[in-house]
Amino acid sequence: MSSPSSDSSTPRGEAWVWFTGLGLIVGLGMVIGLLALVVLNGISVFWAPPVPVVQVDDGRTIIGQLAQRRIRPGSLASDPRYELQFQVGLRELNGNSYLWVDEAKLKGEVFPADILGLERVENGPAFLRPLTLKRADGQEVPVTSPAFSESFQQEVAAAGATREKLVELTRHRIGDVNSEMEAARIALRRAEDRGQADEVAEQRKLIATLEARFADLRTEAQGVAQRGEVAKLLGRDAAGREVTVPLSQIVRGWFPNQLDTWGRVRLFFSRLHEFIFDEPREANTEGGLMPAIFGTLVMTVFMSLLVTPFGVITAIYLREYAQQGPILRIVRISVNNLAGVPSIVFGVFGLGFFVYVLGGSIDQLFFSDQLKYNNNTPVFGTGGLLWCSLTLALMTLPVVIVATEEALAAVPRGMREASLAAGASKWQTIREILLPASAPGILTGVILAMARGAGEVAPLMLVGVVKLAPTLPVDAVAPFLHLDRKFMHLGFHVYDLGFQSPDSDAARPMVFATTLLLIILVVCLNLGAIWVRNRLRARFKGASF
Amino acid sequence: MTATMNPNPSRIQVRPATERDGRRDYISIRDYGFWYGQKQALEGISLDIPERQVVAFIGPSGCGKSTLLRNLNRMNDLVDGIRHVGDITIKGRSIYDPGLEVISLRRRVGMVFQKSNPFPKSIYENVVFALRVMGVRDRSILDEACETSLRKAALWDEVKDRLQDSALGLSGGQMQRLCIARAIANRPEILLMDEPCSALDPIATGKIEELIHELKEQFTIVIVTHSMQQAARVSDRTAFFYLGKQIEYDTTEKIFMNPSQAQTEAYISGRFG
Ligand SMILES: Nc1ncnc2c1ncn2[C@@H]1O[C@H](COP(=O)(O)OP(=O)(O)OP(=O)(O)O)[C@@H](O)[C@H]1O
Ligand SMILES: [Mg+2]
Repeated sequence: MSSPSSDSSTPRGEAWVWFTGLGLIVGLGMVIGLLALVVLNGISVFWAPPVPVVQVDDGRTIIGQLAQRRIRPGSLASDPRYELQFQVGLRELNGNSYLWVDEAKLKGEVFPADILGLERVENGPAFLRPLTLKRADGQEVPVTSPAFSESFQQEVAAAGATREKLVELTRHRIGDVNSEMEAARIALRRAEDRGQADEVAEQRKLIATLEARFADLRTEAQGVAQRGEVAKLLGRDAAGREVTVPLSQIVRGWFPNQLDTWGRVRLFFSRLHEFIFDEPREANTEGGLMPAIFGTLVMTVFMSLLVTPFGVITAIYLREYAQQGPILRIVRISVNNLAGVPSIVFGVFGLGFFVYVLGGSIDQLFFSDQLKYNNNTPVFGTGGLLWCSLTLALMTLPVVIVATEEALAAVPRGMREASLAAGASKWQTIREILLPASAPGILTGVILAMARGAGEVAPLMLVGVVKLAPTLPVDAVAPFLHLDRKFMHLGFHVYDLGFQSPDSDAARPMVFATTLLLIILVVCLNLGAIWVRNRLRARFKGASF
Repeated sequence: MTATMNPNPSRIQVRPATERDGRRDYISIRDYGFWYGQKQALEGISLDIPERQVVAFIGPSGCGKSTLLRNLNRMNDLVDGIRHVGDITIKGRSIYDPGLEVISLRRRVGMVFQKSNPFPKSIYENVVFALRVMGVRDRSILDEACETSLRKAALWDEVKDRLQDSALGLSGGQMQRLCIARAIANRPEILLMDEPCSALDPIATGKIEELIHELKEQFTIVIVTHSMQQAARVSDRTAFFYLGKQIEYDTTEKIFMNPSQAQTEAYISGRFG
């Protein structure tokens, strides 16, 4: 007996299906749109398109890579006029690496094969027409010679090796001497302060030998650098001006109009590799992001390691031990509201409490020598990895607590009773039965916490993330994990590139690439945690939770 | 095989309690009353359970059978706002004695629940759980306890090759027998069973009833059941409850053949309940 009411309710149900489906479509559309924007823009950074020589109406000639095309500001919507942005490079000559050109004023463009693109250590990229290569052995190779391309690439590789050697010299060996010197100076000041004459003499001697070694290394470095200056590339820019680029400045060179697809793909991956595994240069707008990737990863993992035990223990107390009543309800509401507090507030708290109070006390207690004899330079009394992780751990604590409480509550009552009836104590029941059974739920909380923590920027700026950190938070020097060090972070990197960069046009593509990387990193971290969770779930398959 | 699967009714008969030795007031409940908050669930219960016998609690739904059973090992302590009067003693010692730890009480009084509730662990770990929480680490003791309890629970042959598999992969009846094995692994003196067969088919039920008969040689068993036939088949003595009150408690033979209370007779013959 199908009543009329059930008939008339069917179409209404259909309408709701469409309506709710629409919500999903809008949501999905926004997510996919955002991802597509980031992925396309982020990936195009590494792609090397052909580079034209452009003639403009006003007599200018431009050599440059097309960066973007947009509607001219102020042009009519009914009759849009476009303008093109070219990356012309050679900032030291042109004053700016990017130029806007009215599309209507373009007279024509050609793609001569001899155009050379350069990535340089300083002043950004360059596009020019090479004339001669002055090799390190003094020989000159004209561009007309068939050996030009090959010997150019050889010289670039040699210059790269020299640069690496210089980094090794200045950063590592001179850096080691510097830090030894620092320690010796502190020891000297301490000895002077305490009037230990022989100790003073010893430290003086040590400092003298260190200074001698420092001077040696400096001359060695200068020698290497000078030898690297010999090789040069001579060329002409679009306007016909002569340009000389020392090869020591060249990171990478390519002929954008000669490359075949395979060559472009190889260049793409070479740039991608540099982006992921190298260190940044040029105010972070070029080079790689290794320190930032590493910093983000270490900080997020460390934060998860902090927040998980705290959150789980708190949740166990709230759910299993605390007397259920109005006070507990208030505590719960407070914990939940903590999740809604703006993250910058946590940053301020972290700075005020963790950095100044906790860090300050740690310095007073354990590093008083350091403070006294090293111009009051704080160790833990300033932002660092530990305080960043703690601040974010505090921020994400409610997520873990709520997830754990729910997971504990979802363990079937029968299982709890069975354990107690078997003579297990409350703690044994929690440890043996409740925690393993709720592990998947707890991990869901940790995943959410990680996702939120990895993408957070605002509080980190206050408690220890910097634009450029000289050292990584984890290295081969004992104690290996340096909790007091400042570090770089992808989220902050995006902010810094996007809003603080002197050359916003040059930074723009990097913003997308960095964003893409941050998203990939967060996704990878989550996938890892989800994988762990699924393995745990598989162990409890068939259970009624 | 068929003998175990189809228990021959003539083989399982009510044996007179006097045949069996042991204390007659092994578990003794005196003037016992119990409240969940304001609601009184039990009133004026007084009964003695003899050693190594099976006592069945019967009565209509909601009459307090489970409540009384769960008070014997103080499982109701988990509920907020409970209160009792009177006393329950086991071998003369009150279970509410402040000097007696609830945990040690529960180690002596095992329990099997209506809904089988294996842990999400291996079959082996399920069985030896009670020993593990007692602190037994010796592998050989655990192995032996696992085998003997699984044998007693008539499950050994079915699972001996997959002891390390998850217990959640067993069938419903196997799970219930696993729960029985788990409850007897640490050799408690008393076994409480709350409708252990309500979710099982007749074959599994038969197995468990056989099992109860064997376990009776070593354990004192209290079983709650809704099946008159089951009570008649497995128990030595039967208590009938109605609305939280104990109406009649006597040998099973007497209760089923010749009850002294009209209510009992009505319930047994199916006229209400
Ligand atoms: N945790 C509890 N809180 C409050 N009241 C309860 C609780 N458990 C049981 N009761 C009440 O106590 C009375 C007895 O319940 P009990 O579970 O002992 O009945 P039962 O005889 O086992 O019934 P059934 O045969 O349906 O299992 C019922 O009225 C029930 O509503
Ligand atoms: Mg019941």
